[in-house]
Amino acid sequence: MLDTFFFYIFALLTLGGAIATITRRSAVHSALSLVVSLLGVAGLYLLQQAEFLFAVQIVLYIGGIMVLFLFVIMLVNLDEAGKQRQFNRQWLLGLLACLLVGAQMIWMLRGSGALRLPEAPAALSAAASGAISSAAGEGNVEQLADLLFRQYLLPFEVVSLLLLVAIVGSVMLAKKSS
Amino acid sequence: MLHPITANHYLMLSAALLLIGTLGVLTRRNIVIVLMSIELILNAVNINLVTMARYWQNLQGQVFAIFVITVAVAEAAIGLGILIALFRNKETVQADEIDLLKW
Repeated sequence: MLDTFFFYIFALLTLGGAIATITRRSAVHSALSLVVSLLGVAGLYLLQQAEFLFAVQIVLYIGGIMVLFLFVIMLVNLDEAGKQRQFNRQWLLGLLACLLVGAQMIWMLRGSGALRLPEAPAALSAAASGAISSAAGEGNVEQLADLLFRQYLLPFEVVSLLLLVAIVGSVMLAKKSS
Repeated sequence: MLHPITANHYLMLSAALLLIGTLGVLTRRNIVIVLMSIELILNAVNINLVTMARYWQNLQGQVFAIFVITVAVAEAAIGLGILIALFRNKETVQADEIDLLKW
């Protein structure tokens, strides 16, 4: 009951923020609307018992990426861009294509029938690794860490390498060439 | 009386967010906002993954969501780096004015 109520609130935040993000003229307003949208998504993670992802969403997206965006908006002079035309000439075509795909998705989801979510158990099981977690005290973060550092250790390391490449690459791109 | 929330609600929401993001990528001229729309798309994917993790009672979906977030961070950093380099050379952030590779 309360879940339903909160779902609609967070969905409203998410979609309202998203629509404001793509329609605002000023890039700073867009960035602030994106913060609202990301907060809504964080709330949805919390409703779905993904506590770790909730924290990551707040710290990384809202704390990290958004500050990065705002920095770039301040660095790059956008006053000129704000006065010009905001949408492409083909915007109507894009809107039609999106509506078409949206209708298709709604049709598909209608056909699948209601997928009932299981009533909130204390913890999701790491069933794929074969070890159905028994300890009732294990929270979301412990289970996620177990899965990440056992079964997904190699992808984890590859992703850390990707981050290293991204750091070096963005520094190289953004620095003034002498 | 409010209905209980099913996975379909979450999937609908994620589809809507995906479409809004796609619309932003397709129609906006400002590259900064195009990059923000890409973040919206990746968030829609994450909602989907987390919903399926709950539906199947399997944490792998959340692990994938962590990887998606990491790649999104790398993408944003590189994208904004490119944007700064581009602005330094062309003095514009409008996507359709950057047409050096167009024939």
